[in-house]
Amino acid sequence: MKVTVDQDKCCGAGTCVLLAPDVFDQRDEDGIVVLLDETPGEELHDIVREAASVCPGVAISVSS
Amino acid sequence: MNPPDGVLVVGASAAGLTAAEALRRKGYEGRLTILGAEPHLPYDRPPLSKQVLGGAWLPERAQLRASDALSSLDASFVLGDPAVGLDVAERSVRTASGQVLAAEAVVVATGLRPRTLPGQDGLAGVHVLRSLDDALALRKDLLSCSRVVVVGDGVLGAEIAATARSMGLTVTMAGPQEAPLAYQFGPLPARLLAELHASNGVSLALGAGVTGLSAKDGRVTGVRLATGEVLPADVVVVAFGAAPVTEWLSGSGLLCDNGVVCDSRCRAAEGIYAAGDVARWHHETLDVLLRLENRTNATEQALAVAGNVLGADKPYTPVPYFWTDQFDVKIHVHGTLFADADVAIVDGDPADRRFVATYSRGGVVTGVLGWNMPKQARLRRQEVFGASVLVGGKS
Repeated sequence: MKVTVDQDKCCGAGTCVLLAPDVFDQRDEDGIVVLLDETPGEELHDIVREAASVCPGVAISVSS
Repeated sequence: MNPPDGVLVVGASAAGLTAAEALRRKGYEGRLTILGAEPHLPYDRPPLSKQVLGGAWLPERAQLRASDALSSLDASFVLGDPAVGLDVAERSVRTASGQVLAAEAVVVATGLRPRTLPGQDGLAGVHVLRSLDDALALRKDLLSCSRVVVVGDGVLGAEIAATARSMGLTVTMAGPQEAPLAYQFGPLPARLLAELHASNGVSLALGAGVTGLSAKDGRVTGVRLATGEVLPADVVVVAFGAAPVTEWLSGSGLLCDNGVVCDSRCRAAEGIYAAGDVARWHHETLDVLLRLENRTNATEQALAVAGNVLGADKPYTPVPYFWTDQFDVKIHVHGTLFADADVAIVDGDPADRRFVATYSRGGVVTGVLGWNMPKQARLRRQEVFGASVLVGGKS
């Protein structure tokens, strides 16, 4: 799995961090998403797909 | 429980699409149909009042998914064909073009329709902003006018005012509150918002109700206030609330009262569920019937509904969340704010235009507001009452 984020689309909700804190974080200054792990392990695939699906800014893409 | 023989999702926006995606992710392999009233592929609404209206994004950038992601859903999209009736017993939906679509489970995600002022229909120069077509029509008019009045002092009205002002227009915001979002945010953030808009050149005509529009030769010329004053305008945007789209359900037997009334599982009747702006469900933790008009609820509730369609039988108990971007300010709200709450600044400083405030009632924190501090506000989300119950999406 390859994860990409679009920081221009990110609204700073932090939904992804709540779901997958090992994969996503937010910048302290403006809350924009920071990708910690662009190739997360298989045990995280389901939750990362969920994070991409529910991201309110549509800023996360996942390719297999 | 066996998976349903066919799922029909009525609504092709954030809630509808997320429900469909979540069904597939949770292993549903059956027939899946997504019915949309608009002709467009699923797109996102929050950018409409900001990036799309202001021209920073072409409309395509607001699409919710790329076309390959949509095809991999293996769903039938029936677009540009509004639902006009539901047969609860048969679980079938009739469309404007005369199609009848049936499925064992139906998800209602038909969203909202903007409220309008009397005499607004058919008047040139008056706009609402709900759909992509609305946004593009408004943008076209804004590009060739100089004075715009935004009727609405809530989130949408304030965002439109900020965008129009950033496009160089002369902008007036009208509405009954003393300051933008005062009923929701309480005095301090509302005053800061008023200062933000004023310092960016938006004229505030607040604290007086709007009674109607003035017009000449079929074109709007101004907005009439309860004080008798008329605010002159080339273009008027009416953004003072919206109503759930449930007319098509009248006579179906479903209870519709400020939304489709659902149980704690977001179920309106056997095999019939609702998600997003249109759904008014029983929030078990708060023990109220709740309807949330925000982007995050659309996806989280859709996720909960997808689980329940497949037999999860779990209540949906989210901590509400929304954000708004106006000029250079990003406001994030977790939980529920009450205008009369005890407000405490717990991080940053309003004087620096960067702070986090908690809102409490009777010593219980009901909400957190972050002003240009999104991460710090989110980190306090767990202090909100009910936050220990995980959001519907988490399992």
